[in-house]
Amino acid sequence: MSDLPKPDEFLTGIDHKMPQTDWMNTPTEIRKGMYCYASNYKSVEILGLPNARPWNPLEDDWKLPENWQQIIHEGFKERLDKFRSFKVFMDICVRCGACADKCHFFIGTGDPKNMPVLRAELLRSIYRNDFTTVGKILGKIGGGRKMTLDVLKEWWYYLFQCTECRRCSVFCPYGIDTAEVTIMGRELLNLIGLNIDWIATPIANCYQTGNHLGIQPHAFKDMLEFFVEDIEEITGINVDPSFNRKGADILFITPSGDVFADPGTYTCMGYMMLFHYLREKYGFDITWSTYASEGGNFGFFTSHETMKRLNSKMYAEAKRLGVKWILGGECGHMWRVINQYMDTMNGPADFLEEPVSPITGTKFENAKSTKMVHIAEFLADLIHHDKLELDPSRNDNFKVSFHDSCNPARGMGMFEEPRYVIKNVCNHFYEMPANTIREQTFCCGSGAGLNAGENMELRLAGGLPRANAVKYVHEKFGVNMLACVCAIDRAALPTSLEYWVPEVDTTGMTELVANALIMPGETKRETDLRGEPLPGMEEDDA
Amino acid sequence: MNGKYMFSLLAIFVLFLLPYVGVTAFGLKTLFGIFIPLIALTIFIIGFVRRIKGWSESPVPFRIPTTCGQQKSLTWIESSPIDNPTTKAGVVVRMILEVMLFRSLFRNLKFKRESNGILSYSWELWLWLGALAFHWAFLVTIVRHLRFFAEPIPYFVRALEFFDSFFRVEFFTDAFQVGLPGIYMSGIVLLAAAIYLLARRILLAQVRYVSLAADYFPLFLIIGIAVSGIMMRYASKVDIVGIKAFTMGLVTLNPTIPEGVGATFYVHLFFVSVLLIYFPFSKLMHMGGIFMSPTRNLTTDTRAKHYSNPWNYPVKTHTYEEYEDDYREKMIDAGLPVDKELAEVKE
Ligand code: HEM
Ligand code: SF4
Ligand code: SF4
Repeated sequence: MSDLPKPDEFLTGIDHKMPQTDWMNTPTEIRKGMYCYASNYKSVEILGLPNARPWNPLEDDWKLPENWQQIIHEGFKERLDKFRSFKVFMDICVRCGACADKCHFFIGTGDPKNMPVLRAELLRSIYRNDFTTVGKILGKIGGGRKMTLDVLKEWWYYLFQCTECRRCSVFCPYGIDTAEVTIMGRELLNLIGLNIDWIATPIANCYQTGNHLGIQPHAFKDMLEFFVEDIEEITGINVDPSFNRKGADILFITPSGDVFADPGTYTCMGYMMLFHYLREKYGFDITWSTYASEGGNFGFFTSHETMKRLNSKMYAEAKRLGVKWILGGECGHMWRVINQYMDTMNGPADFLEEPVSPITGTKFENAKSTKMVHIAEFLADLIHHDKLELDPSRNDNFKVSFHDSCNPARGMGMFEEPRYVIKNVCNHFYEMPANTIREQTFCCGSGAGLNAGENMELRLAGGLPRANAVKYVHEKFGVNMLACVCAIDRAALPTSLEYWVPEVDTTGMTELVANALIMPGETKRETDLRGEPLPGMEEDDA
Repeated sequence: MNGKYMFSLLAIFVLFLLPYVGVTAFGLKTLFGIFIPLIALTIFIIGFVRRIKGWSESPVPFRIPTTCGQQKSLTWIESSPIDNPTTKAGVVVRMILEVMLFRSLFRNLKFKRESNGILSYSWELWLWLGALAFHWAFLVTIVRHLRFFAEPIPYFVRALEFFDSFFRVEFFTDAFQVGLPGIYMSGIVLLAAAIYLLARRILLAQVRYVSLAADYFPLFLIIGIAVSGIMMRYASKVDIVGIKAFTMGLVTLNPTIPEGVGATFYVHLFFVSVLLIYFPFSKLMHMGGIFMSPTRNLTTDTRAKHYSNPWNYPVKTHTYEEYEDDYREKMIDAGLPVDKELAEVKE
């Protein structure tokens, strides 16, 4: 981050003035810090996606197939015919501008092409020219233009500056969802081999090994067993997770990011402690899988087909193991895929049972068909039935706020469950301002595969609106911990907050639960899961 | 100067000259009075239906509603039946609120960077208000015009006229009404709101930047329609009885050209014809599209019910068997269960 300006300068440097030249006549410069590296051709090959070759976005020659224009044109047409959303969204925007300043990337960069309406116009201009008679006749004055290499580069640059967060769609009077347009645009780019490596390589890994990080089965088990030791150190209890176990009641799937990097690891430890607690107390029977060891689905950021290919593992593994239903961990886009796509793509999962909590007997009617329950729903139900023994004062060092992740917010509507859980395990909870949470929540700035290192300026710009609201509650209430239910958040927010509000840390919901959870037979806890002294234990340190 | 609105303004000027010169200099009354309006109406109807048909031909493979409220999950958590509708009834209410009250636009916020570096978002209602006034006034005006197309004048049209002009008494001072026939609020509001929307488009830098000629054109056109209409009523006083005879002739498909009707009428009628022709090929189709937007018109019970995708197709996956083949030895060494032991696959 050394070549970045100081936060103050960054903030005052953002200029929302519109350029003198019309957007169609303003050339796009692919700028360092704002773009992600091109996909590694080996990853593209593993997936069998088109045009695998080394290429570099900064070079003039992108090594495209000879007939790339034709491929894009036909791909465009195919998608118009397959998705009503795409067709309607291409046709009905009135350019009222209501969505313009709703995008975190526009707020954070001031670049007009980051206004959702213009991002969509990048494609719409081609649509008019290629698929409407009037557009063809009127040409530029009708808002149409021909597909050229410059336009293609502009697409690539700006479609990877959208985190598919759907905030724009909340405000659009017709519900035009620029995320949907980005999804289609990225599909088209993938047809000619234009992806970014932060998406392509995780997908290839996930396809091959079951998770984004390419952790092989034995290593996955090792990593979790490493946490077993940590947990034993803190609580004196040996939690004993099981893997790939046939005949378990429930299969647990969560993003692999939590297995790999802090602070997600603490959330992962939280799951393990929770499951152990429930097994000891109520005979709860759950297994992890190394084959379906990824909840996240970067295929979603590539194409509908790739999303389906990766997602298929969830049901396939549930079927193979013969479980009753699936419990899903904390992740954002994973839950959009599960909630709005999985059953349609890979269902119906009639080999599973309608999910019932074996502990409370609660039927999860809302997951009757998909047969997959969110850990926040599961936990809220447990707490509501008083099934967890909790000591919220162990979280008293934290003044907590909750960041609604885009996908569970706008692609699911899960607002109360995590709040209910958090408020039951923490004594100090403060909300951020109303127009920055719930369905109006701001993205972490790094979703949809943009969580790379080389595009740090973009990520910090996109993370600004969220961080700024955090700063507000930090200054007003002393908030020092931001909770979330998303693994990408846990990877992205620490970086963004360290830059914008270094006093605030990031945590997962289940980490807070595990801190407060009184495990049967545990030794007196002195630290939280992070090894920080619990409130009142500070002196014992010395 | 912005080429885009100049282009649209120029287009409107040409469109004004056509009937004006056509009728006054060349006497093309039949052309502008009968043929063009009938052709326009035909194009509008066919075009509109074709667009709707075009959209319906593309399936909705996935249910992607934007959830703007709490999901229905645990019974003791209050859910939002309208903003996150799991039932058809909820969707209907959501759509009614969108179509009649522009609910999403009502959420509009304006972002500002305060001097202390805090970003703030304030509620911004002007666009919503202007848009709502514009559309409702437009609707009222259209309904009022039914008086020209039905004999006897339907009751609801009379009632609407009554209220439309009745409000005037409450809103305008006496001095304003002197010498004028009953003023219709809707016409004035339509004009004022259209001018506001136009001004906003020209004055707000962001909106100007995203605007196309196709965004100015309908506003100029509608302003043209409103101005010519208001002029007929209050300034150039046309022969209402003559016009009614003419329009009744049109709808009974027995048109005759009225006498004593000035050029303003032909301009008005021609502008309306242009709007009708332009409509199906333009963004004005948002009128139909809003009903078909998959982020708004679908239920959110996607985990509770199975929905199918008409073009779902099998994809290549990396199966568990392949996976185990890749890692069997390592899995066995790590004590992970396997489906096939090494001995079984060595053969
Ligand atoms: C179901 C019927 C309709 C609905 C729900 C609807 C809704 C909307 C909304 C929400 C906007 C955005 C706000 C704005 O910019 O004003 C809009 C814009 C617009 N509508 Fe409609 N509309 C409908 C029918 C029509 C019709 C029949 C016309 C007239 C021909 C029309 C003309 C326009 C125009 C010109 C704009 C753009 C205004 C601008 O440039 O700012 N609409 N409409
Ligand atoms: S809010 Fe909707 S209609 Fe308005 S400019 Fe944005 S996408 Fe277009
Ligand atoms: S989906 Fe999110 S990131 Fe993409 S344009 Fe809309 S607001 Fe911006």
